[in-house]
Amino acid sequence: MSRIVIVVSALVLATSAVAAGPPVQADLEAEIVCPTCKTTLDQSNAPIAVRMKTYIRARIAAGDSAAEIKSQLVDQFGPGVLAEPPKRGFDLLAWLLPLGAVAVGAVVVGALAVTWSKRRDTGADGSADDLDPDLARRLDEELDRFED
Amino acid sequence: MTGRAKTVGQVIAVSAVVGLLVLLGWKLAFGNGGGASAELAGGGSPVAPDFTLPRIDPEGGDLAFSSLKGKAVVVNFWASWCIPCKDEAPELQKTYEKYRDQGLVVLGVDAKDFRQDGQRFIKRFGITYPVVGDGKGSTLGKWGVKGFPETFFVDREGRLVGTVVEGGVDLERNREQFAEGIRLALGDSK
Repeated sequence: MSRIVIVVSALVLATSAVAAGPPVQADLEAEIVCPTCKTTLDQSNAPIAVRMKTYIRARIAAGDSAAEIKSQLVDQFGPGVLAEPPKRGFDLLAWLLPLGAVAVGAVVVGALAVTWSKRRDTGADGSADDLDPDLARRLDEELDRFED
Repeated sequence: MTGRAKTVGQVIAVSAVVGLLVLLGWKLAFGNGGGASAELAGGGSPVAPDFTLPRIDPEGGDLAFSSLKGKAVVVNFWASWCIPCKDEAPELQKTYEKYRDQGLVVLGVDAKDFRQDGQRFIKRFGITYPVVGDGKGSTLGKWGVKGFPETFFVDREGRLVGTVVEGGVDLERNREQFAEGIRLALGDSK
């Protein structure tokens, strides 16, 4: 039992060590926006983008984490340098509004689906059960003849 | 469609339209449009947009643009990574030294730049006029800056005068505009 605990603990530690490893230059370049051209750094060769890439490389070499590097860049250039807005404060709206729109859309589609299915049950004009008996008899006759 | 579903649909549609109108109103009321430079180009003489930014020159502290009222100001937007900004830097320093006694201030705004890079630039070119750092570029929209370098002229009343110099002030094509801007800012009627 104790061996299993040790193995599991080792696996958990190893996994967390990998997760907290040094930041990857390419990942950060895809998460930071060039302040002059408004594309991510990996898509830009603007002078400030090139300078920011150099800065990121230097900070990774100095042992900073991805969060620290992002924080330093936000301090210099503002939150607009983050490709994804932070999930707090006013910026949280950027995450919540699309979800809200999807939720409202789902409710509307659901309501419409319920309404349409009710109409179908009752017939297009709401009179499926009120079919004229003569017309119903003729319809049955036609269907029988068709089946023959 | 039931009456209730129809009402809900109408409420959503009306809310969406109202929301878009509010956004449009907000943009019109608080949006920058072309900024002060567009107003100046349209023949107006707008009040120079105020700002308070940290100084990145050796003096340090904050500088409020409004504190320069009563002085003629040459406002130069630049960044250390901009090549023409390097070329024009000595010209701006010379201008500051030449007109300082007449009450003219050259004010550098280092925008969209690393503070440390801006400070290195100041040292390298021996700049002694005040320079503020605007890494976030918060002033650019209000002033209507379209690129770097750009130079504005503000008279002693705090109003923009002359023509915005786009590109280095050292360039031959900009020399006359630059001299005229300084003259107008100083209130020289010659």
